[in-house]
Amino acid sequence: MSPGELGWWGVAIAILGGAIRVSTPYLFVSLAETLTEKSGRVNLGLEGTLLMGAMSGYGVSYLSGSPWLGVAAAAGAGAAFGLLHAAVCNLPRVNDVAVGIALFIFGTGLAFFLGKPFVQPQAPRLPTFELGGFSSVPAIRAALDVSPLFFAGIAAALIMRWAFVNTRWGLIVRAVGDNAEAARAAGYPVNLTRTLATATGGLLAGIAGAFLSLSYPGTWAEGLSSGQGLMAVTLVIFARWRALNCIWVSLLFGGASALGPALQTVGVAGYYYLLGAAPYVLTLALLIASSSRRHRLVGAPGELSINR
Amino acid sequence: MRARAEAAAITAGAIAVALAIFALFLFANGLDPLAVYAVLWLGGFGTPFSLQASLTQAAPLMLTALCTAIPARAGLLVIGGEGALAAGGVFAVLAGVAAPALPSALGTVVVCAAGAAAGAAWIAMAGALKHLRGVNETISTLLLNYIALALLNHLVSGPMRDYAVSLKPTSWSIPQAYMVGTLPGIGVHWGLALGAIACVIAFALLKYTVFGFAVGVVGGNPRAAQLVGLPIGRLTLLSCALGGGAAGLAGAVEIVAVHGAASNSLTVGFGYGGILVAFLARQNPLAIVFFALLVGGISASGGLMQRRFDMPDAATQVLQGIIFFCVLASNALYGRIRLFREPGVAA
Amino acid sequence: MTRSTRNSRRQFLGTAGNVIAAAGLASALPLLARAQAKPMTVGFLYTGVRQDYGWNQAHVVAARQIAKLDGVKLIEQENVPETAEAEKVMESMIRLDGARVLFPTSFGYWPFIMKTAPKYPEVLFVHAGGLWKDGDPKNTIGYRGYMEEPHYLCGITAGHMSKTGKIGFIGAKPVYFIFNNCNGFILGARSINPKITCQVVITGDWNNPVKEAETVNSLVDQGVDVIVGNCDSPKVVIETAERRGVYSCGYHTDLSALAPKGFLTGAEWNWGKGADFVRAWQTQGPYPNLLRGGFKRDMVKLSPFGAAVPERVRTEVLQARQAMADDRLALYHGPLKDNEGNTILKAGETIGNEDNQFKLGVKFLVEGAIGKTGLAR
Repeated sequence: MSPGELGWWGVAIAILGGAIRVSTPYLFVSLAETLTEKSGRVNLGLEGTLLMGAMSGYGVSYLSGSPWLGVAAAAGAGAAFGLLHAAVCNLPRVNDVAVGIALFIFGTGLAFFLGKPFVQPQAPRLPTFELGGFSSVPAIRAALDVSPLFFAGIAAALIMRWAFVNTRWGLIVRAVGDNAEAARAAGYPVNLTRTLATATGGLLAGIAGAFLSLSYPGTWAEGLSSGQGLMAVTLVIFARWRALNCIWVSLLFGGASALGPALQTVGVAGYYYLLGAAPYVLTLALLIASSSRRHRLVGAPGELSINR
Repeated sequence: MRARAEAAAITAGAIAVALAIFALFLFANGLDPLAVYAVLWLGGFGTPFSLQASLTQAAPLMLTALCTAIPARAGLLVIGGEGALAAGGVFAVLAGVAAPALPSALGTVVVCAAGAAAGAAWIAMAGALKHLRGVNETISTLLLNYIALALLNHLVSGPMRDYAVSLKPTSWSIPQAYMVGTLPGIGVHWGLALGAIACVIAFALLKYTVFGFAVGVVGGNPRAAQLVGLPIGRLTLLSCALGGGAAGLAGAVEIVAVHGAASNSLTVGFGYGGILVAFLARQNPLAIVFFALLVGGISASGGLMQRRFDMPDAATQVLQGIIFFCVLASNALYGRIRLFREPGVAA
Repeated sequence: MTRSTRNSRRQFLGTAGNVIAAAGLASALPLLARAQAKPMTVGFLYTGVRQDYGWNQAHVVAARQIAKLDGVKLIEQENVPETAEAEKVMESMIRLDGARVLFPTSFGYWPFIMKTAPKYPEVLFVHAGGLWKDGDPKNTIGYRGYMEEPHYLCGITAGHMSKTGKIGFIGAKPVYFIFNNCNGFILGARSINPKITCQVVITGDWNNPVKEAETVNSLVDQGVDVIVGNCDSPKVVIETAERRGVYSCGYHTDLSALAPKGFLTGAEWNWGKGADFVRAWQTQGPYPNLLRGGFKRDMVKLSPFGAAVPERVRTEVLQARQAMADDRLALYHGPLKDNEGNTILKAGETIGNEDNQFKLGVKFLVEGAIGKTGLAR
């Protein structure tokens, strides 16, 4: 098959490739939010965390020449933002959703403030695994040119799933998230657990940002994120607070973003805005279908403020 | 009285702390904080013209802040101002185009009413979903923002597009006669007056009416509301509709006072700015007027700070974020300061 | 049928409506004379970030040239939204910084210029867009280059360099000038290889790096091997194309550094022409209120050729540029069909390169384009 004659197969391959390429930040932020919400708090500020991660990752990669150092910086910045969120939420009578919005505003502002000098330079990017060597079709080879962070994300999902089920830490997080009073009575440190969970979540969201700036699309610009971080709270509902589900949900959202451009390359045009909004409509529909007045969403942690 | 003094004192203290933190941030970035604050004052409040610029920024924020503040009274956290504003803008244009031959004042009223109604319906959807299906209103209004943005872009790029506007996709224009000018003597468009009036009405509504009292019970103690037989669904829906109506009105004001037509210039963050203002004001509609001016002034001074110090424009956003954090954290102080305790109440 | 009658009127407007000179300067003169002693402040308003490798950077290049003029002081402000705020920023530059010439560089600022300019006759407003018409304030200027001309040259290069016979065009929004650029690109390519096709994708956003990168990937998957991106900042388009090993052409400003292997050439604005207006305002000389033009009026530029472009192609492209500068080569000439088979121009019909009326009405894609404008015709 010559590359020029892929036609609709090309669309399918583009969606596959797009799903892999675009899904990684969704995967990291949905895992981040899952962990935070499992501990009983909502972090609506992951957009700010993600942008801060993207900026610091790009900046450090540019200054040091090492993209992996950039990823580490992004993770560190993300964890710091998670700590900030947790620290304010640990105070009495503070609404976690509002703190998230503050973090969104602050993080975006700080990332843009400190990121000005990095808009122009080209920073070293992360290498990729070329898994498509078996194929002679360039489109397939390109679709299977996968960032190591994608696998890191899948590994994180597997580890998180394992830890929730099998470790003492996982048990404590779930206990604290389901019923803080009971957890406190059992002697578990509620605020400390939530702080660590939120910080770890921030770390993951920072890596999501580093993926955007250092892997794909691989640049630092103020318009880099189109709301990937804000979407985290809805992705988690889609995934029903299960780490493994985050993988499928992220691939779905990633593939959906590839659909619009791919369809236009075979001549289907005119509805790109509506196509772009399809994932949001789908999430809303799913939310309506699975919610109920009488009981909370299946799988939702009991302490979650946005679920009561 | 003491409660109000407490809120004022604690919020003022929080803002002072925020300004100190931002001063450290400026210092760390090699800037002279005092010089920057002098320019912030000059650019935001210091001259009649600066005040004009700040009030222009504040006008839409007053209305979008109500979109969060009114439902907050019913215990809801609505963040859909951006989407309601877009919906209001689109329907304001549709009304203006559908009824082009009205007397100009009536036309303006019709256009504004259409915008407010669209915004009300938009957020009422979230209220209905909350009441009927238990769908969380924060999530649904976030999703509705994205959906509204896509619909707006789709409509102005095709179905509602005015092809005579060549450089950017823009909808049909409302009749020129429906457009409103500036407030005499102030140099700010009529949206400012509408915003301030809406805040006063919202304040009176929530404080002095049965509706306001009932909504307060629903928000403060849903169990009690249920026990005394309050119509929770209707109150939820109504508070969402009122909030959404304010944001929709903000969209209509952008049409009748600024753009005359819908385009992506409607969605530039007024909705998100409104959330900030509502929380700084602790959801009090009267305080919204003041905090909208504060936030508007900070934004307006950003330009001058950029020009004078070559500071990134995002500096104002950093400052707003720090203020937001400090005000939220200051919630912990309520009831802890002896001066403001009611006599006879133990600590 | 109406086309031919419009054609003759178009010819007239084409020549008369292109450059409109200012008639009256008188009202502004006394104030100017006073301003002569100290440096004149010139303010630039940008809609995004200055160093964006795109639209804003193209204006920054001009701002730097203007800052070098004698007796000029430059002030700049980024990220100014196209709302009532734009009006206040302009007024702030005038009233707090004493600006006497303003360059509000985004399309959407125009309505706010129209509101502000009558209040400040001592200030010159220079807008990057050819929207000025009779009756608009005399202290306003609209200027804009015909970017379809350098896109035509990019197309010639693409026509020579494409091996698959498929090229790609990424547009941000469905607006006439983007389709114009697209048509220029395709016409240039098909002047070399009449069988070439061009896939046209509209992303819907001026600025959305993920979508732009995804679009490049889809295009390359479909066999496209030369890509040009008409978005606010084509940096991601060029970088992604380079990574996929295909050729790319630039837009707005010089992007050759971004793709050492695959960069061919690019279409650039020459906003530096704005320096003439500043000079005229300083010296009370005459200036046009509307200036539109291509290579002939030095309003557009071609980026330096990339290493991949062989000498004979370069020569051919530069010859075509000269032909456009000399008015020997018209971009739109018959016979010409759109990509739905409708006749646009009959054999022998020619549209002058400076025919604004025709160009403002471009709602079609020429034959060879795969894609739709999505616009009612």
